[in-house]
Amino acid sequence: MNQKFPKGEIKSIQGRSITIRGDDIDTDRIIPARFLKCVSFSALGEQVFADDRKELKGNHPFDVDNNKGANILIVNENFGCGSSREHAPQSLMRWGIRLIIGESFAEIFFGNCLALGIPCLTASKEEIVKLQNLVEKNNNQIWDFNLKNLSISNQKETVKLVLDEGAYNMFFSGKWDATSQLLDEEEKINKTFNNLPYLNNFK
Amino acid sequence: MSSRTLYDKVWNFHQVKDLPGGSTQLFIGLHLIHEVTSPQAFSALNEKKLGVKFPNLTVATVDHIVPTSNQQRPFSDPLAEEMLATLEKNCKTHGIKFHGIGSNSQGVVHVMAPELGLTQPGMTVACGDSHTSTHGAFGAIAFGIGTSQVRDVLASQSLAMNKLKVRRIWVEGELQKGVYAKDLILHIIRHLGVKGGVGFAYEFAGPAIEKLSMEGRMTICNMAIEGGARCGYINPDETTFKYIKGKEHAPKGQEWDKAISWWKSLASDSTATFDDEIQLDGSSIEPTVTWGITPGQGISIKETIPNPELLPKNEQQIAKDACKYMNLKPDEPIEGQSIDVCFIGSCTNGRLSDLQEASKIVKGNTVAAGIRAFVVPGSQKVAKEAKEKGLDKIFLKAGFEWREPGCSMCLAMNPDKLEGRQISASSSNRNFKGRQGSANGRTLLMSPAMVAAAAINGKVTDVRKFL
Repeated sequence: MNQKFPKGEIKSIQGRSITIRGDDIDTDRIIPARFLKCVSFSALGEQVFADDRKELKGNHPFDVDNNKGANILIVNENFGCGSSREHAPQSLMRWGIRLIIGESFAEIFFGNCLALGIPCLTASKEEIVKLQNLVEKNNNQIWDFNLKNLSISNQKETVKLVLDEGAYNMFFSGKWDATSQLLDEEEKINKTFNNLPYLNNFK
Repeated sequence: MSSRTLYDKVWNFHQVKDLPGGSTQLFIGLHLIHEVTSPQAFSALNEKKLGVKFPNLTVATVDHIVPTSNQQRPFSDPLAEEMLATLEKNCKTHGIKFHGIGSNSQGVVHVMAPELGLTQPGMTVACGDSHTSTHGAFGAIAFGIGTSQVRDVLASQSLAMNKLKVRRIWVEGELQKGVYAKDLILHIIRHLGVKGGVGFAYEFAGPAIEKLSMEGRMTICNMAIEGGARCGYINPDETTFKYIKGKEHAPKGQEWDKAISWWKSLASDSTATFDDEIQLDGSSIEPTVTWGITPGQGISIKETIPNPELLPKNEQQIAKDACKYMNLKPDEPIEGQSIDVCFIGSCTNGRLSDLQEASKIVKGNTVAAGIRAFVVPGSQKVAKEAKEKGLDKIFLKAGFEWREPGCSMCLAMNPDKLEGRQISASSSNRNFKGRQGSANGRTLLMSPAMVAAAAINGKVTDVRKFL
């Protein structure tokens, strides 16, 4: 398991890919609720997709030997819907995932990934299915993600990707960890506080 | 003449700064925390050597992991006990008000905050829980966040957010007898889909919405997220003000009048323009039940399980998966489907009126043989008021279990779980695979009154037969 977590600018990611097929994969499936009984995220990497993996008895993409060490995940529509649990992207990250490409993402999941430094990019259904087929045909091939070009490529095939400008800038500049930016504005935060009627006796 | 939505107005009040990259630093007026998504946020604060900026704007309770049969400390589950103890310690260290077991104000976070009057129109409300959208029922902008964002709110009382588009969902008419807010929201999600709301805030409006009680409105906004909308809201009106008045944290005296006039000014203007608008007829909605594995897979009690081949192409695969997982056959009626477990509770439907409506069905009847049925009040206050009205006795006499407040079998982080392939009739909000604690357990979502009817008959039943 890759325990060197994202840090700073994220302009390129290189590695092998893995696919999870299906629409509306919810965060309960990514990490079942019983694993949320913890005060630290550290053990989650082993528990990602626990119930799906148990059902497939070693044949789940996250168990197949050849997929170990992959760091790019290709998914379909509305990935990460449901619960806001950051445990879901944490479990993917601690398994080793550093980039997710899909048809679309649930909003809270997308934001949670952003806060961890894991880009989530989209492409059309046709492009995603093509990518999934290519990945599954040969899971040893190395894929190159390039943020500036918004593309992923295996030398022969290149797929164009989409990322909104805000998230793009955050990964490009390395400012995806919002805390320090937010803290910079202490004076403006206090001013906003002072202008809110409900925090100032409705004056 | 202003022509803005409530969303625009509340957003503007809370804007701290435009951040490079296009997002906005948004001030959070009310931050709610619980034991599951906050411990790592406090650890991160400690690592960064940061404090809590406005401790009095964060309020804590414990709900997800609490047992509902015996709440004596220490809990018999050491992990649950550790989570609660960690939250207690973090609240104490940082001076955050904690509504714990035995405080008389503990409960599911989205039940207890409104009943304390903490949730008010015009606020921004954030919580590390996707059902935070519930608080939008008061005309607040309320949304779920992840743990890194909980850390950010603790440290800076603000978040980096992108402004959403607004879709107005206008519901004409009036819900018929036996049809509740739960049926309406399941109907909406069925028609707009589980991802239809991504990128939108939902404004629920129109005569059918205005006629709903605050508790019904909370049920609607609670499940906005199941339709993909991170936040849902309803413009504040007399029903809202009447609910808040006199609550512990409600404005008092002269402040009350000033508050009302500010709150009134926040409602979407009659000339407001929306990014999208949809109209529905509330009068034609029937009791609705989910048959599948997403909250969008709902049908009226009179319909049959859809044939996946006849659905739009993009819904076919998930419908096939659902039929297989649920062991339901296309074209079979949902009415009469046998069930094993009945659960009344959760942040969607664990409030007093939910228990009252269910008790009307239960009164004088008996839970069918072989059915395990239980009621989990949403909060200590709900439990107390229900007992004062004798509801606990009605349920107990019929063969229901009456439990202590908590999230319970909505997500099964405590000992309340389905076993094996059991199928539940549940008043909660999610029917995802494995959601209720058994990896292959099955869930049928419906209103609390429908759950009560199912408990009595031992199978999915049209509640209107009891009315």
